[in-house]
Amino acid sequence: MSERASFDVRKMPGFVAIAIATFLVLYAPIVTLVIYSFNSGMSVAMWEGFSWRWYQAAMQNQQIQDAALRSVIVATFASVFATVLATMAALGTTRVRPFRGQTAIYALINQPLMVPEIVTGVALLIVFATVKQATGYSGLGYLVLAHTAFCIPFAYLPIRARLEGLDRSLETAAADLYATPWRAFRRVTLPLMMPGIVAGAMLAFVISLDDVVITEFVKSAGQDTLPTYMLGQLRRAVTPEINAISTVLLFISVAIVSAFFVVNRKKA
Amino acid sequence: MTESEIAIRVRGVTKTFGEGASAFHALDNVSVDIRKNEFFTLLGPSGCGKTTLLRLIAGFDQPTAGRIELEGQDISHLAPFRRPVNTVFQSYALFPHMTVAQNIGFGLEMQDRPKDEVRETVARMLRLVRMEALADRRTDQISGGQQQRVALARALAPHPKVLLLDEPLSALDYKLRKDMQIELKRLQAETGITFVFVTHDQEEALTMSDRVAVMNQGAILQVGSPREIYDHPVERFVADFIGDTNFIEAELVADESDGAGTARLRLATGHEIATALPEGMRAPRHVTVAVRPEHAAFAAPGEPAALAGRVESIVYFGTDTHYHVELSGGGRFVLRRQNSRDAAEILATGVDVAIRLPRGSVQVLRD
Repeated sequence: MSERASFDVRKMPGFVAIAIATFLVLYAPIVTLVIYSFNSGMSVAMWEGFSWRWYQAAMQNQQIQDAALRSVIVATFASVFATVLATMAALGTTRVRPFRGQTAIYALINQPLMVPEIVTGVALLIVFATVKQATGYSGLGYLVLAHTAFCIPFAYLPIRARLEGLDRSLETAAADLYATPWRAFRRVTLPLMMPGIVAGAMLAFVISLDDVVITEFVKSAGQDTLPTYMLGQLRRAVTPEINAISTVLLFISVAIVSAFFVVNRKKA
Repeated sequence: MTESEIAIRVRGVTKTFGEGASAFHALDNVSVDIRKNEFFTLLGPSGCGKTTLLRLIAGFDQPTAGRIELEGQDISHLAPFRRPVNTVFQSYALFPHMTVAQNIGFGLEMQDRPKDEVRETVARMLRLVRMEALADRRTDQISGGQQQRVALARALAPHPKVLLLDEPLSALDYKLRKDMQIELKRLQAETGITFVFVTHDQEEALTMSDRVAVMNQGAILQVGSPREIYDHPVERFVADFIGDTNFIEAELVADESDGAGTARLRLATGHEIATALPEGMRAPRHVTVAVRPEHAAFAAPGEPAALAGRVESIVYFGTDTHYHVELSGGGRFVLRRQNSRDAAEILATGVDVAIRLPRGSVQVLRD
């Protein structure tokens, strides 16, 4: 047998055991959660038989319906606004000559990735409390605004990656072929950056849908989203209804993120 | 050349990139006239400014000083989408989200031509570059040579007054490049559009062009037909860049018997040759002359010889043979002879030879 030419981590002792343990810790709880969502009994730990009853119960629960609808509304608006802003930011940071403070701009745009969520949550709570008092408005606008803000970097990164991979000579060619700057953008730049935009929007949607911390601080009374409703339920009697909602949320997120990878992998 | 025969007139154009100490003069006070319907080539090494000049004509950059006219109209600062000038890019720059036919029709569509006209012109262009069968393919589903032809058709479709070609053949392999050279000449003849072609390949420039401008370090050194450029280079760079050349030092001696513009040249061996002079040059003075390897010949015994030396090496090239001669006064000289089946004598290395420079074989270079 010939000697190995290069370092191969898979040949290290214990590699397989560590890999299995890691996946087990990651996925065993999730698998358990999904399994118990089909429990026919009241317990989330004692199996009593298969049933859809908790899914039916969750679907008929008015509070869950309201929270789910609210989540979708907030996530839709927030991801659309965040994507529009992120697209403009990506154009403004890649389609120009390098300028002073460019790195600072990147850092500012991606700030929500670095600042602890709890800090942003507290800060928004204080600011919005003042605004609420001054204006008297206490609708969903605050949630949409807060979600838009922290979704921007998630939309921005795939769009910018796409733009940076885009051959600038294509825009030059469009200009050479009588396209005004606006028409060159509409007919060449925008269609080519579209996969990045769609991917960014999907990522932003999922991030907004899953958020607990900031939502918990920003929401007014009776404005539970699905995650904050679930958190509230955990303080009371826990039934497999929570498992059922979690499972649905899980599959929505997995579906959207999978779609994100498919869209993002599409070549130029 | 009358006013109406000129397509592009470049006057005193300077292009500077950067500022202050780090400023780079890509073009320095360049002037040239490009005639209508001609195949005009900008030839030079990389960094000589040829692509910069092309980009200024296309409108992708603007001159720092000077002006560019298109058929008498000043276009120096006109946006690229307002110029009836199209470009074939080195990278082709085909739109990857459009089909071959959509690519070709893009320029016409942007000009808001009627739909019928667009369809007809696209069909005609597809025929012209022989791509009818692939009209609905995506541009990443066709070969490099086919992409090249689509790029050409796309740039020709709006029937521009001038077509700019930025080293369009450099990405193709040798055989395909040869085919495309012929194809380009055919397209230029069929469309009657002025072609401005940029290349660093001297052979490409000589075989395709009506006229060539040789560029170096941001300046045009010489403009002329391929034959003029090859047979009568006026500067050392031009002689050196195009083809192979022997450089010989000589003294220019005044010659009263001849008319103005000619003089007698005295070589180191004492041999004298009559020659034409570049404009404005006066004898006596020291000069460098250029001699093409195929313009010199071996002198028969008893014939007056201009140079003498010993054959150092012989390189056989199939159609011709190169003789590298070590001159007796120092320096080397390469002589090229066409091979024929009935070659009278076969020279060998180490043989002493005399070299004859026929009238018209020496070209006096400007400094």
